[in-house]
Amino acid sequence: MALDDVYTEVLGEHSRNPDHKHHLACATCTMKGHNPSCGDEITLELNVEDGMVKEAAFTGVGCAISQASTDIMAELIRGKSVEEARGLAQKFISMIKGEITDEEELEELDEALALKNVAHMPARVKCAVLAWHTLDDALKSDK
Amino acid sequence: MADVQEFLKDFPLLNGEIDGKHIAYLDNGATTQKPHQVIQSICGYYGGCNANPHRGAYALSVKATDIYESARKRTAQFIKAKRPAEIIFTKNATEALNLVAYSYGLQNVGAGDEIVISISEHHSNLVPWQFVAKAKGATLKYIYLEEDGNLSQEDIETKITERTKIVAVTQVSNVLGLKNDVKSIVKKAHSVGAVCVVDGSQSVAHMAVDVQDLDCDFFAFSGHKMLSPMGIGVLYGKYEILDAMEPFLRGGDMIEYVQEQESTWAELPSKFEAGTQNVGGAAGLTAAIDYLEGITFDRIEAIEKDLVDYALPQLRELPYIELYGCDSKQDNKTGIIAFNIKDVHPHDVATILDNDGVAVRAGHHCAQPLHRYLQQNASCRASFYLYNTREDIDRWIAALKKVRGVLGYGA
Ligand SMILES: Cc1ncc(COP(=O)(O)O)c(C=O)c1O
Repeated sequence: MALDDVYTEVLGEHSRNPDHKHHLACATCTMKGHNPSCGDEITLELNVEDGMVKEAAFTGVGCAISQASTDIMAELIRGKSVEEARGLAQKFISMIKGEITDEEELEELDEALALKNVAHMPARVKCAVLAWHTLDDALKSDK
Repeated sequence: MADVQEFLKDFPLLNGEIDGKHIAYLDNGATTQKPHQVIQSICGYYGGCNANPHRGAYALSVKATDIYESARKRTAQFIKAKRPAEIIFTKNATEALNLVAYSYGLQNVGAGDEIVISISEHHSNLVPWQFVAKAKGATLKYIYLEEDGNLSQEDIETKITERTKIVAVTQVSNVLGLKNDVKSIVKKAHSVGAVCVVDGSQSVAHMAVDVQDLDCDFFAFSGHKMLSPMGIGVLYGKYEILDAMEPFLRGGDMIEYVQEQESTWAELPSKFEAGTQNVGGAAGLTAAIDYLEGITFDRIEAIEKDLVDYALPQLRELPYIELYGCDSKQDNKTGIIAFNIKDVHPHDVATILDNDGVAVRAGHHCAQPLHRYLQQNASCRASFYLYNTREDIDRWIAALKKVRGVLGYGA
């Protein structure tokens, strides 16, 4: 596989200039995610009201794949219901695990589709899914 | 150095292809590749000599016992131990260090005592001492670093005190690649009545080691970082100290008499080798020692030095590369180069290098406290060995030059 199948422009853009990497003054819920083996660390901050994810942001350190994945996720889940957001997390994780490959079925992942080829890099799967597992944990405990 | 190729031919993995590419293997700090002499010795053991040593009266078992015990003798000669009984086989350096922590540390450290280690220790020579300190109400103290990455001489002088019971240091840091003057640390430890544990994991395959000259009380290393198979490691300990220690693991082969309610222990070294041991691994270790001594450490050091001297000036020309432990004021740099590329996380660097068949390590290298001390979250590490060539370095550096571009940064 060619490197630019993984290090796509979308990924580069989000890792160099993340839109949502900051603290959230109005956070109702924060959740830490960590990959001990590689040291990726994020703290997800969410504003959840009336079953809706109103705002999402994050802080932390990690590789381009984990940072871009988190930024893209934050953008995607804003304005979604908790149920929808968790559904997206499930779908994204399934995509990276290679369980769902059908483009149509994955369409709602929007920009996150740019990370699809990480499925072919077993060493980096953990980096891609960190944010989404953390999101799932956050929304699970928010209930 | 054309004659370096002479050794490369002995390493089947490096001559083969992985995903269609010859690999430039620069992760020798993690584990080394194995020469066919070692692979053959393991096959030879399982193909013609396998039996449970020490247990059977038949010829095959005697043969297996011979192989195992001659590995012990060979290892004793290799690190210049006084006697073979001072060599305990373990599964790796980590187990060897835990053996010392459990069987020496828990017995000899008490409340208010101190254990002194350095900030550049591998977790294997750090976490066991945290455990002992916590369990006994002792204090774990750290020797920090000078600007150039070497251990602070002042800390060595002031932190090792009358309260110190154990000093544990690595002979070569697995991140910074700097050789510590362990002989003088041992002296300092002894001057206050402490024992000194030396982690030889990153030294023993790269330089001649003489445990009697160092006068250390314990010395630990793994076979797999010195051309041997995984699963065989070594703890050297001074006879009188080992003899006075309680066993670590209990069971078969380590006993003298077993009564219903109590047991007595076998003599050294069996006391510390409970259960069936890794004889195939020991056979591989013997072959590795033969191989290394055939080459000589003078030669190995010269090869590694040539590679470091060849790589460093080229790395220094790249403005976006930050190097760690490469400006030592002493002549003590080994073939390990830790680095970061500006703006790029080490894991991305490693992935991009891997795409060109260059294998380096990325992460905290089991040295989180050191990375925190250096204010780095993680780093990349290239580590060389006797089969590496200048061509490997060329490939590494060519690939490094691509990294920032792949992520969309300007040079
Ligand atoms: C300095 C040092 N100590 C200890 C170890 C642990 O070795 P092992 O994992 O073989 O027990 C390593 C290797 O990773 C090391 O570099």
